[in-house]
Order: sequence, then structure tokens, then C-alpha cells
Amino acid sequence: MKFTLSWLKDHLETDKPLDALTEKLTMIGLEVEDVSNPAEALAPFHVAHVISAEQHPNADRLRVCIVDTGTEKVQVVCGAPNAKTGMKGVFAPSGTTIPGTGMHLKPTSIRGVESNGMLCSEREMGLSDEHDGIIELPEDAPIGAPFASLAGLDDPVIDIAITPNRSDCLGVYGIARDLAAADMGTLGEGEVETVPGQFDCPIDIKLDFNDVTGEACPIFAGRLVRGIQNGPSPEWLQRRLKAIGLRPINALVDITNYVTYDRGRPLHVYDAGKLSGDIGARMGRTGESFEALDGKTYEVDETVCVIADEARVLGLGGIMGGTYSGSQNQTSEVFIECAVFDPIRTAATGRRFGIDSDARYRFERGVDTAFVEPGLELATHLIMEICGGEPSHVVVAGRAPDTRPAIDFEMKQVKRLTGIDIPAPEIRYILKALGFWVAGLGDARVKVAAPTWRPDIHGPADLVEEVLRIAGMDRLPVQSLPRLSTITRSVATFSQTRSRKARRGLAGRGMVELVTWSFINRTQAKHFGGGQDALELLNPISSEMSSMRPGLLPGLIAAAIRNTDRGFADFGIFEVGQAYRGIAPEDQYASAAGIRCGQAKAFGSGRDWREPAGAVDAYDTKADAMAILASLGVNTDKVQIVAEAPEWYHPGRSAAARMGPKNVLAAFGELHPRVLRSLGADGPMVAFEIFLDAIPRPRSKSSRSRTALDAWTLQPVSRDLAFLADDTLPAGDLIRAAKGADTALIVSVNLFDVYQGTGVGDGQISLAIEVTLMPREKTLTDDDIDAVMNTVVAKVEKATGAVLRG
Amino acid sequence: MSDLNSIDALEAEIAAAVSVAPDLAALEELRVSALGKKGRVSLLMRGLGQMSATERQQMGPRLNGLKSSLSDAIASRKQALEYAELEQRLANETLDMTRPVRLGPLDTGRVHPVSQVMEELAAIFADMGFSVAEGPDIEDDHHNFEALNIPASHPARQMMDTFYLPPRDDGTTMVLRTHTSPVQIRTMLAQKPPIRIIAPGRTYRSDSDQTHTPMFHQVEGLVIDTETHMGHLKGCLEEFCKAFFEIDAIKMRFRPSHFPFTEPSAEVDIGCARVGNEMRIGEGDDWLEILGCGMVHPQVLRNVGYDPDEVQGFAFGIGIDRLAMLKYGMPDLRAFFDGDLRWMKHYGFRCLDVPTLAGGLSP
Repeated sequence: MKFTLSWLKDHLETDKPLDALTEKLTMIGLEVEDVSNPAEALAPFHVAHVISAEQHPNADRLRVCIVDTGTEKVQVVCGAPNAKTGMKGVFAPSGTTIPGTGMHLKPTSIRGVESNGMLCSEREMGLSDEHDGIIELPEDAPIGAPFASLAGLDDPVIDIAITPNRSDCLGVYGIARDLAAADMGTLGEGEVETVPGQFDCPIDIKLDFNDVTGEACPIFAGRLVRGIQNGPSPEWLQRRLKAIGLRPINALVDITNYVTYDRGRPLHVYDAGKLSGDIGARMGRTGESFEALDGKTYEVDETVCVIADEARVLGLGGIMGGTYSGSQNQTSEVFIECAVFDPIRTAATGRRFGIDSDARYRFERGVDTAFVEPGLELATHLIMEICGGEPSHVVVAGRAPDTRPAIDFEMKQVKRLTGIDIPAPEIRYILKALGFWVAGLGDARVKVAAPTWRPDIHGPADLVEEVLRIAGMDRLPVQSLPRLSTITRSVATFSQTRSRKARRGLAGRGMVELVTWSFINRTQAKHFGGGQDALELLNPISSEMSSMRPGLLPGLIAAAIRNTDRGFADFGIFEVGQAYRGIAPEDQYASAAGIRCGQAKAFGSGRDWREPAGAVDAYDTKADAMAILASLGVNTDKVQIVAEAPEWYHPGRSAAARMGPKNVLAAFGELHPRVLRSLGADGPMVAFEIFLDAIPRPRSKSSRSRTALDAWTLQPVSRDLAFLADDTLPAGDLIRAAKGADTALIVSVNLFDVYQGTGVGDGQISLAIEVTLMPREKTLTDDDIDAVMNTVVAKVEKATGAVLRG
Repeated sequence: MSDLNSIDALEAEIAAAVSVAPDLAALEELRVSALGKKGRVSLLMRGLGQMSATERQQMGPRLNGLKSSLSDAIASRKQALEYAELEQRLANETLDMTRPVRLGPLDTGRVHPVSQVMEELAAIFADMGFSVAEGPDIEDDHHNFEALNIPASHPARQMMDTFYLPPRDDGTTMVLRTHTSPVQIRTMLAQKPPIRIIAPGRTYRSDSDQTHTPMFHQVEGLVIDTETHMGHLKGCLEEFCKAFFEIDAIKMRFRPSHFPFTEPSAEVDIGCARVGNEMRIGEGDDWLEILGCGMVHPQVLRNVGYDPDEVQGFAFGIGIDRLAMLKYGMPDLRAFFDGDLRWMKHYGFRCLDVPTLAGGLSP
């Protein structure tokens, strides 16, 4: 909402400086977004007297002027046809930047004659497109006076953000009222004198609604004004409209715009010569259409409130009028409409047709329902003042709705909600200054009714807000929340701790955390088990961001591709976040997923003189997943590794980590080359996904005390055994069989070598394990150890068919 | 028969030879020749048996002294030779320690600033007794709007640029939550006052330009009990800002505003100075809006079955990405979600930089 300082002062008598007013506006909830003064750009321009204007010796179209600027006399070469001796004009000295052209003036020589400064046209001043000649000022314009104030342009423009509840401040008068309540001046008289009608209005107004649609237009007032002379509106009106960014059209249109911004009261003016019979508001009928003032044709139906005469639809009620009945320069007879339209229906219609207008903006937020006839009178005054004419009597159909509740207000509510002790008389004063009706004399409890221009006030909390914003939020006490416990209690939930540990753990494994979009391309989503209709946004920003992601990998792969394109080869990236299996809250799940590219191993990346990393493979992501699971309290010895990774993994180089028959904790491995290619990735990538919600919660324990340490006193002993096995044998089976040979003595079985090639037959593999025994009671003899190893060999052979390598 | 003088001469001779023994082998040869079974000193000692008691009394201590002094001399020479040999070996054992080594995963790993700031928030608010609550990203119309006193016709709904999903089977409109405020509703429906929670998380609005991304992060705060008022809100937010920005002299102002789910409502500005593109918190005369807040609207309390005459409290919502930008100086919101490794290396945090109040929030 824009307005100028002088406009504000029409309604607010004040001696406060501009910055005090703008500061106060912000502090009472009318946030000032911008203050600008057109005079600042015009500061170098002053009134000057052209002492003489002589023909330029070397150019037919130029004149050499001697200009009195008030402080000096300078010579200016001027090309304007109207430059003449004795005139008063607008002078810009050398050093000025011309607002209309951006030209920077310097002392110069034009066709051999020195020129200092410039006499300006309106276009050069950025005031209009007028460039036929330089500005001619009245003879009495004082030489040396600043041009801006002479032209009435020294008027700061204030732009404030109006929150949706404050429709009353969509007019300058409402803003003045708030400022006056905040002791920034005295509010001007808001009453509008009625203009007596000279004759009966020949046009009657009809409201045609049923019980359901009746609210669409509860009141409609109008009158005819005949014998008017339309045309350009006077300069003061044009200046105000231009200052707030509106384009003057003609006097009648300008008047309606002016009342809209002055009082937050939209109006419409019809060319009465175009109307057929009576006018009225009703619901539209399917099949009807009209051309609106924006030049577009709209088809209406039974859900839309229209203004119509007996022949046609004239406009959309509260939103926009039509071209057919719009006022023209030759219009001599007008019908003024001043009505109230239902906010909800107005908003719905405006949204449906995509029309944003000043009228819609105000009606959908709620106008002052008591300012229908006064608004009509104000428009009549202005029309008669500017266009002349003779008004009819006023016709009114319907009645202004008044749904304001009488609010029981306990004054102590102010203290209860704000903590500020505001004395009852001050509360009463503020409410009254804002136009509230306050009944009851006591200091404890009063009855309050909001003024008609405050449809946002419903209950005591609203009144507390009014009192607080005018009294000032700087009066709020600063009070600490009482501490609930002396020492801070742990408040993180298990799932929060789990996510945090996964995040720090993965960063600790050298990976970089990313945050990627929750929505992805639908084709990509389909590759990862998503893309269902239910998870498809109806209004996505783009098709690249239309599907709620089924997992974190697509976003990570896309980020990996972008980073590869930036020249990165070896990197590990991960995300800890949410993904969606459906729309229900329980369908959202937490995941920690990562990708390794190139040679980004956990211990380091890429080439190195000492320990080259080598290409990442599926085992690196198994390590990531298992390390995080272990950090999250999972006993990884009890986790089964099964070849059941989802379809977006390489079918032979991936697995799932499962606990029990159903609970999948993680998946990892190489990504499927077909999936990668369809996402635009060139090289292979390895990935893991940890399903954080699947990780079992640790049992709650009554004590933090750990079980006693089983520290050995004897030396552990190790033996190496190499087995020849079928190369399809899972090494995990062999290790499990070896471990099972003596669960008391064997504490670990470590696969330390895997070999295929010379010495090992086709289809076979050599698996070498180190078996470590932990003697408990006595040192083991060689015979004891051999006995255990023989059992291991026998068990392994029985379970897996692998035989000891000779 | 030897006399004392000849023993002195022998001692001098052997000691001299020991002191110049060129290496360990020569020294060992000397030791054997002097102290070995048939060594010269051993032979002399063997002669003690044939001596008279008087002679023995004189020669015994002398020969023992000879043996021990030569042993010491040999041991000391041996050590010297060993050291010399070690020195020589070490002189040839060099590594080029200027060769670079991997700093390993602790050096390359990074935590995203949004995660870091969320942990900072949790640490601060935990100290004020807040726990962390969560809610789903895909919300129904009721939790995201209706229960928060934003009916379908409310202009605020249009201002929120909501993302819509197809309606649920029962016809319910489904949206991506436009704010973290629905977690207020879920929390109040699930528990009884007193309540103190923060709810950080992802939020979505169909808005994409220089300063807006269609996904961003907010943290919601909610306190409900029987006596918390706006003064507590001011105190709570002041303490939060001081702790978060790690600046004691922070200026704040509350400014009236409007949100459908709070009444009275306010926006909070913090004092700052704009130096070029940089924003300096705690300096200067400019104001920067950082959050919206207010007393929970009585209708919202009624919507969750509370009695607004019995309970009251405040709520606030802060943009987390913006907080991160203000504190750590990232210039562009869009970069948060681009996954650029250069950006992450520069603005990300190391895994050991765990924010705590006792240990310091920022590294």
C-alpha cells in the first residue's frame, strides 16, 4: 500500500517529522517497506531565468541562452524551439545526471560555443514523455527555487506492507487513524456530507439471490449523475495517482481509484447511456460471458457473482467491470455503484479467473460495511467537483451486514497474555482511539464492539493485540522461562540420536553430507520403486521436481553427476533424510544413504605414493553400512547378508543386511548400470542405504553398569588354514562353519586371503582363514591346538564341501 | 711369578688396547685374551692357589681389582662401539618426511550447515527445557491449515504457495507442509500441557527465485502451560539469539504482525550492519527480520481440545537456512541444495565439531 506524505496529512494533522511517522508505522504493525522522495532525484534542478536567447552563430536550430540561476549567470546552448528571452525554465548545472536520459552533464562546447548546464524538458526530468520543448514555468516562479517543491513533487512516497487482517489500512484514512491512536497527530473528520439528489434515479437496483447465495452481495447502493464533462483529471489528482504508481485514465476512472486508495472503498462507474433498464447483482448463468476492462473475455456461471443490467453481464462483482459499460471521455451520464461483496466468494472468483485487482484485494479482505452510502457520497462530491453534473437521489438495495460480536473483555487479559501492566484507562483510551465501542465503566470487565472497518476482530485476544501494538511492544518485559530442572535433561529421541550418529559417523568415514530435494523427476523415481500417482505433485515447480522421492539415492546420483561434471573424480557423498513410500505419516521413513565414486575409499582417495586407494567397489559400501549399523548398536555378527538388494543395485554385486527373516536394515553394492545410464551417469557407482527406522531400539536397561570384563590372562594363539572350495561358496558360510567348530575356544575367524588362478582348479577358489583361539584355563599344547584345527577342517568340509588345501 | 708392578703394566697395556679397539670383534678378541678361560688375567688368578697366604692376601684383591677394572673398561668400550655403530646405521636410515601423507577421513568428511545449525538449535533449546518433536512432510489440509485457523478462504493460504498432492481416498486435500506449524497441532493433540517443544524440519512452498527455494527448513517452537506470556517469549528468543549468534550485545525488537495461528502476533528483528554483501549481527543501525511469533491463537487451542481460558502459551517459527546464512555468511540460499562439493568443503563442518553449550556451539 503506497501513499504520499501530503495525502496522509489530508487526514492526519501532525507536526511529527517523516522518520518519526514511518518508525511509528512499523512499530504499530504497518511495516514500512520503502520511503522515497522523488524530490531527491530532482534536487539539482532549480528555477532559472533566461535573460537572453540568441541565434547560435553556427547552427540554425540552436540558441545561445544566458541563464540567471539565482547564484550566477551561465551560457547554455539550447536546442528547444520554445527557448526564448525572458522565460522561466528548469535549469540543471554541469555535474547533474539527467534522470530521464541518464546523461551526465559536463561543461562542453557545441559547434564552437561554450555551454554549461541544460534547460530541461519534462521527459528529461523523468516526469512524462513530453519532449517538444523545455518546461516553461509561470512568470512569478522565484529564480533559484528548487523545481521539485514548485511542482509539488517534494512529497515523500511511503510504501507499507499490510498484513491480511488489516483491510482497514488499505485506505490512507485508516492509516491516519492508526497513527492518531498512537499519538502521532489528530485524525481528520471522516464524515462525508451527503449531496442532496436533484431527481429520482431512473435506474433501480435489484439484488437477485436465494438463501444460499444471499451473502454474495448484501448491499448495493447507487445513483445517477447527469450532465457531466469527463476528461483528464486535475493535476493534483493525477499527481497523487502517479506518485503511488497508478496511471491516470480519465476523471471518472481516476476518481474511483482515488476513493479506493483514500478510503479503502472500491467503486465502479458505469456509462449510464450504455445501460439497459435496471441494474443489479445476481449469480451468473452458464453461457453468459463479458469482456472485462483487462481486455479478456470471461465466461461466468452460477458460482460467480455478477453485476448485470437487463441486457447483459456488466462485470464481476467486486473484481472488475466490463469494457462495454466503461466510462469514456465522451460519457455524460454515469451510474455509480457502491456495494459490498462477500470476501470468500470474491476471493474464489478472483482466483478462478486469475484476476488481481485493487477491488478484489479489498473486498476479499473485507471492506467497511458501514461506508457504502458515505463512499457513494464521496464519489458524488468528487465527480461534481471535477466533472460537474447533477446527481439523482440515492438508491439502496439490501442492508449492510453487521456480524460484529460484542466481546466480554476482562482488562486483566492484557497482563495475562503480554505480561505488561497497562492501566485500565490506557486500555480504554487505545480501544476508543481505534474506533472501538467500549461499554461499562469498571476497570475489570467491559463490553467491547469492534468498528465496522475491523472485520478481523473476534475475541479478547484480538483486543489484547490492538492494545499491545498501540501501547508498544517495546514495553514487553524480558522474562526467562522458568527452568524445569537445574541440570538440562536429555531430550533427544532415539530416532534423532540415530540420525545424528549416522551423520557424524559417515562424515567420519570421509563422506560429505548433502541436502537434496525431497522431490525428483518421475522417471527417476520409478527406477527406485517410486513414481506412484499419489506421490506426484499436482503443481510442481518443474517436471524435474514432481515426484516425492522414494529414496535418497536418485538425488545423490544427480549430485554425483554434477560434481563429476565439475571435475571431481573421487568423492563420497551421503544424505541423512526422509523419503516416502506413500502419503500417510507412517509411510515417511528415515534413511542414511551414500555413494562412493572413483577411488574414494574410507581411508583416503585416489592415487597416493604410499597407499593408492584403487577403485571403490561394493565391499566399500558394505563397510560403510556395517560400520554405521555397528555404531547404532546393531550386533553385526547377528546380521545376515543376503543377495536381496533392491532392483536398482547390480544383481550380482550387491546384498541386503537383514536381521531376522523380514527386517532389512541396509542394502549396498554396485548400482545397476542400466539405472545409472538412464540417470545420465557414465561410470560405475557404489552405494548404500541404511533404513534407520528398521534398526531395533536397544532394550531399556535399569542400570548403566556394564557386564564384567572378560579379560584374558593367557596368550591367544592363531593358526592359518587354507581351503579349496567351489567358487560359488559364500565365504560367510565357511567362516560360520569354522566358528562353530568350538564356540568356547575360537574367538575369531578372519578371512585374510582369497585366491584363484595357478594351483587352484577351474571353478574353485582358495579361502585362507586365520583362526584365533583363546585358552581359558591352561596354555594349549600343540596337540590341543591341532585337535581344534582338525575339528575346524572337518566341520568346514561337512558344512561347505571345502577341503584343506594341501 | 708376577709382582704388583707387572700387574700394573699388564693393566695399562690391556686397558690401552681396549680403549682403541677398532670394533666389537677386536674388542671381543681382547676380552677373550684377557678374561677368557685361558686369558692372561684368568691365568694369573688361577696362580693364586699356589701362593702363600701372605702373598695371596696381597695379590688376591689386586687381581680381582684388575679383573673388574678391565671388565668395566671393556663394557664401556663395547657400549661406545655399539653406539657408534648405531649412529652409523641411523645416518643411513632416512625418510623424506616432506612427502605428503593422507589426512584421512576426518579431513575430508563434512556435515551440512543445515544439520549443524539444527543441532545447535537443539542444544540451545534443550537447555531451556524444550524437547524435539517431529511431523510428516506430507500433511493433510487439516493439520497444515484448518487446525491452525487458516480456513480455505483465508488470504494467507494464497500467500503460502502451497504444493498439492492428489487428494486422499476420503477426499482430504493433501499438501506438502508449508511450515513446521502442523507439528504444533500434532504435539498438542498427542500430549497434555505443559508443553515445550521445538520442531525443526523441511518445509515447502512453490516459490523459486534468487532468495527462495521450493524446499527450505524451519524450526517451530511451542510452549503451552498456564502462565507463559509474551514477556517469556521475548526472554526466550533473546536468550536464543544471544546463544546462537554467540553475541551478548545483540539488539532485538518486537514488531506487531499477523499470523492466523497467533494472537497477538509479532515479527522479530535483530540489529545488524550491512557491510558490502556481509551482514554483521550485533552492530549497526539496520534491522533484519529473523522470525515470526506470537501467543497461540485461542481458536487453535480450542481446535486441539484445550480451553483458552485455562492454558496459554507462545509459538514461533524461524527459517533455519537463513539462520545459517546469517551466522556463517553463505551468500546464496540456492547453493544449500545444489550438492556442490566445493561449497560443502568450504561451508561444511567436520564430524568432530559437535555443537554443545558447554563445549561451544561453533568450531
